[in-house]
This record gives sequence, structure tokens and C-alpha cells, in this order.
Amino acid sequence: MSLTLSNVSRVVDGETWIDDVNLSLEPGSFNVLLGRTLSGKTTLMRLMAGLDRPTSGKIMMNNVDVTGVPVRERNISMVYQQFINYPNMTVYENIASPLRLAKMSAQEIDRRVRETAEMLRIDPYLDRLPLQLSGGQQQRTAMARALVKDSQIILFDEPLVNLDYKLREELRQELRALFKARNCIAVYATTEPNEALALAGNTAVLHEGKLLQFGETAEVYHRPKDIITAEMFSEPPINVVPGRVSDTEVTFDDSVHFQLNSDLRPLEPGNYRFGVRASHIGLVPHSDDDLELPVRVDLAEISGSETFLHVHNPHFDLVLHLSGVHEYHVDQQIKVYFPTHKLYAFNEAGRLVHAPAGLGGR
Amino acid sequence: MTKVENNKAWWLVMPVFLIVAFSAIIPLMTVVNYSVQDIFDPYTRYFVGTEWFKQVMLDERLHDALIRQFIFSFTILLIEIPLGIMVALMMPTKGKGASLALILVAIPLLIPWNVVGTIWQIFGRADIGLFGAMMAKLGINYNYASEPMHAWLTVVLMDVWHWTPLVALLCYSGLRAIPEVYYQAARIDKASRWAVFRYIQLPKLTNVLIIGVLLRFMDSFMIYTEPFVLTGGGPGTSTTFLSQSLVQQAIGQFDLGPAAAFSLVYFLIILLVCWVFYTTIMHMQKDK
Repeated sequence: MSLTLSNVSRVVDGETWIDDVNLSLEPGSFNVLLGRTLSGKTTLMRLMAGLDRPTSGKIMMNNVDVTGVPVRERNISMVYQQFINYPNMTVYENIASPLRLAKMSAQEIDRRVRETAEMLRIDPYLDRLPLQLSGGQQQRTAMARALVKDSQIILFDEPLVNLDYKLREELRQELRALFKARNCIAVYATTEPNEALALAGNTAVLHEGKLLQFGETAEVYHRPKDIITAEMFSEPPINVVPGRVSDTEVTFDDSVHFQLNSDLRPLEPGNYRFGVRASHIGLVPHSDDDLELPVRVDLAEISGSETFLHVHNPHFDLVLHLSGVHEYHVDQQIKVYFPTHKLYAFNEAGRLVHAPAGLGGR
Repeated sequence: MTKVENNKAWWLVMPVFLIVAFSAIIPLMTVVNYSVQDIFDPYTRYFVGTEWFKQVMLDERLHDALIRQFIFSFTILLIEIPLGIMVALMMPTKGKGASLALILVAIPLLIPWNVVGTIWQIFGRADIGLFGAMMAKLGINYNYASEPMHAWLTVVLMDVWHWTPLVALLCYSGLRAIPEVYYQAARIDKASRWAVFRYIQLPKLTNVLIIGVLLRFMDSFMIYTEPFVLTGGGPGTSTTFLSQSLVQQAIGQFDLGPAAAFSLVYFLIILLVCWVFYTTIMHMQKDK
């Protein structure tokens, strides 16, 4: 079962919600839709599901045009951000409901319900009502309802947002494992780059209704086609510093410049914007050609056991992603080391013209 | 630790005590006072114990009124609750139609009760009323002033017209509180319209329906103004409900003692029925 969207747009009240999207999903693939709130993730999923019709464009399933086919005649499942279950049915009946509507034999229903419940580890709670369960268990029930029937497409619309951190990690891992054995298309919408990376598979980056890039998750991460994709697919967002390339050196401003290294030599002289990941800037030099920059601290943001250090020099701001807890006070003068061989270069139109060699490492 | 006596706190509780005393306890106790005495004039009164209660409990007229009252309340509940849900389901949810429907539905609720009675009194007349004339055209000899069945029908119809909008508005607000994704999920599940109602809308309406049933029961059990204006309790005593009997006794005959005893019994019946309703519904919910 493959799903192809060609030139799909959706316009609501004169506003373009989805702008000319071309996307082809392979059978058995796990696809992440990555984008900020209002980037069109949910709208795109509704189009894939057949809940809405595209304003223009075609949707093909297995090379059959299904553009106008309503959701009732398709075979899909969807899991939502909210925990959607029938409130006065037991967990068992909730999971069985799609099968009952498909008029399956009682024996077969029982077998499948128990199997799916076991898979999602809610088998001890089959007789309870959804509201008697914790949030995580409620969402597991909703997932079981989606997984119990053999859907061709399963859509997950930010399913883990309302759960706590630990549960999120746990369910994410399980979810990934559950799909290894299946031959359906899974689509998973999220706003978090780290979630996309953890789920692997493919990633499609959406921004303001446009599909910026689609490909293997690692490939999209390491070779973002443009600045917006690079910014969207990194947390904290990648640092972007304007610079000039001459025949012999790179200049960020009059005081900061370094010799063109072998990596950057192919670049034509001219203006560029250089991207450097927050985790690549360090407090100590990692190699001889790291550039030493004196900066002042704006803010040290501690998140878990990591620190996001916001600093500035007279010409640009930088964010450092440091592991461990580091405390700094505002306006403290420190030195950071800028990795000159781990730079992304974007041309003035924002297109990627150079990515650091040797992928791997975040 | 020693306990600190802080008598200032009493001053803060005082207003509530006073309000409750004047609004509930003192009036109720006055009634209790009347119900155990036979009063001839302010200086001549005798303590009679439970005599008035005995008399009230054995009064045939009151038994009839009580039965009539129960039949009436259950009839209108059976009609108004399903009808209200249906109206709420049919009301548009978006655009200009939504506000227009809300206003139209709310109109009967805004009309003073005795005006409602007057409206239906005229509406039902065979000579000048639209409804009465229509019935006459259909060949039905409709006359609510002389036929007990017709009087009943008119009173019930009037109450349904007057109060179904309340149930409809309660349900409408309950329906609006259901997130859109539930309906979406149901469409994906290929659930039928009936299944959506039975398994999504009805369970989510339970709470407003409990309020609706209780409110409608209490209100209809105390109905006075509309039938008083419409039929005056007649023909005969066929539409004389409890509160009308009470008023006849207290004001018409000035039997303050029996009327006070009757008031207390009346109050206890409403309290008891509401309590039974409430606990049954709560139990039903818990069992599920």
C-alpha cells in the first residue's frame, strides 16, 4: 500500500493551509511530519485520511485515485493529541468497537483485542472505563483501537504531547517497535526535532503549509536543504551567522576571520550565511583550527541535565548546547570555540551549498 | 501549642448566619409553628400536636391532587427530555443560524408565567384561538374548559411549549462541549449516526441531563401559575395540582394549621423524590 500526494493544496476562506505538496510514502514506512504549530501537519493528515478534500491536486493509494473518496470508505486509523475513547465503554469494548463495526466474528474479535491489549500492555485493565485509567493508559487504549484493525494508513497527530516526559519516551520506543512488523504506512506528526530523530524512519519538514524537505530522517537532519529546514530540525535552533568568503579567508566581521580550510575551499567568494549547531560550539577547543571567540553571557538556560547557553559578541548571537549543568551570570565574559570545519554554508537565497563532511554526531 | 481563642472570626460568619436565618430557618419554623397549633386569633391558640398532619395525610382531595401531580410531572418529563435532546441535536452550530435558533428557542423561557397561561387560554379557545379553531376545523369538539381530557392535554402542551426550551438549551451547551475530534474519530471508525449519539453524545450529556431532570421535576411539581390562569384547576378538580390545593386551603378557607402541615409534607415529598432521583442516577453511573 503506497500513498502519493501530487500537487495537493488546501485553501480555506482564501487562506492557503497546504501549499502544493508532493509526497510519496512507501508501504511499511514510518514517516514523521515535523513542523511548528500551524505549519499544516494536522491539515495534511486530514487530507491523507480523507476527512477533508484537497482544493486541488490528487491523492493516490496504490496508484488508484482516492481524492474524492470519503473517510468512511477508506481503511485508516487515527490517534489524536487528546485521548479519544468512548467514555462509557470498557477498554475491551473500546478496542473491539472498530472490529464490531467491521462485522467480525466474536471469536476473532476476542483474539485480536487481547493480542493488541497485551502488545500495548493494557491487558490488566480491559474491564475498566477509560476515565478510570491514567493518561498514559488512556492513550494506549486509543492506540490499541487504531492498531487493532488492519488499517492501510495509521495517523498519529502529536499523540504524546499530553503525557509526561518518562511516559513519552517509553511509548515512543514501543510504538517504533510495533511498526517494525507491520506493512502499513505510519504517519506521525510532531513539533519536536528530538522526537523525529528518536523515531527515525523518514521525516517531512513542513513550514507554513509548504513541504520543505522529505527524506530519511538522518539525511534530512545532516543535509537540510535550506536554512528554515535546518532551524526547524534542531533544538535549540541552529546558529546562523552572516559571513564573507574571500580567496583566502572567511570573515564574520572585521575582527573575526579565519583561513579558508579544505572544507570550505570550494566555496565561491561572496556573501554567505553560516550555520553551526549549538552542540558543536564548545567551551574548550576540540581541534587546532577551532576559532576562539570572546563573548558575553546573556542567559544560561538549564534544562534537565543540559544547559543552553545564550551568548553574544558585538555582531551576532550564539546559543551553545552543553551537557551538564553550568552556571553563569549575566554579562560574564567567556571564551567559546567555534568549529570551523563543522560549518554549514547557505547562499544568500538560503539554500544549502555546503554541509560538513563526515555525518554522524549531533 | 496552645489554642488561640479568636472571637473575631464569629463576626465574619455572622452575615451568613443572619441571611440563612431570615431566608430559610425563620420562615420554615413559622410554618412548623402553625402546623402544630390551632389558631383562632393572635391571643387564642391551642397546641394540637400531630392532628393537622393526620388530617392532611388522610385527606382524599389531597391524595387525588398528589396522584394528579405525579402523573403530570412524569408525563412532561417523558416528553420534554427526549424532545429537548432532539431539538438540541437539530439546532445549527455555526453561523447566523446558530444565534437565530438560540433566540427562537429561548423565547418561551422569557415570557412571564401568567402570560404563558393567558396566551394558551386564548390560543385554545374554539371561537378566537388559533389552536382551538384548528381543532374545531378538524372536526374535534375541543373544549378545555369543560372536557377534563382536553384540559389535561392543554396543560401538558403548555408546559411542554414553555419548558422544553430549557432542556434543549442545557443539552445544546452540553453538545457544544464535545470536542470536534470525537466526531472525527467516529467517522474514521465508520460509526453510524445512532452510534455517535448513543456512545459519544449521550454519555457526554449525562451531567446536564441530570440537572435538567431535577430542575424540570421540581418546577413541574410546584406548578401553579399557568394552570391557575388557564383552567383554574378545572373542570371540576381535574387539573388541580398540589400547590393549587394548598392555596385554596390556606387563602381560600384560611385553614392555616392544616395548610402549614400540608406545606411541610409537600416540601418533604419534593426533597425525597429529588433525593431518590439523584442517588439512582449516581448509582447507575457508578455501576457502569
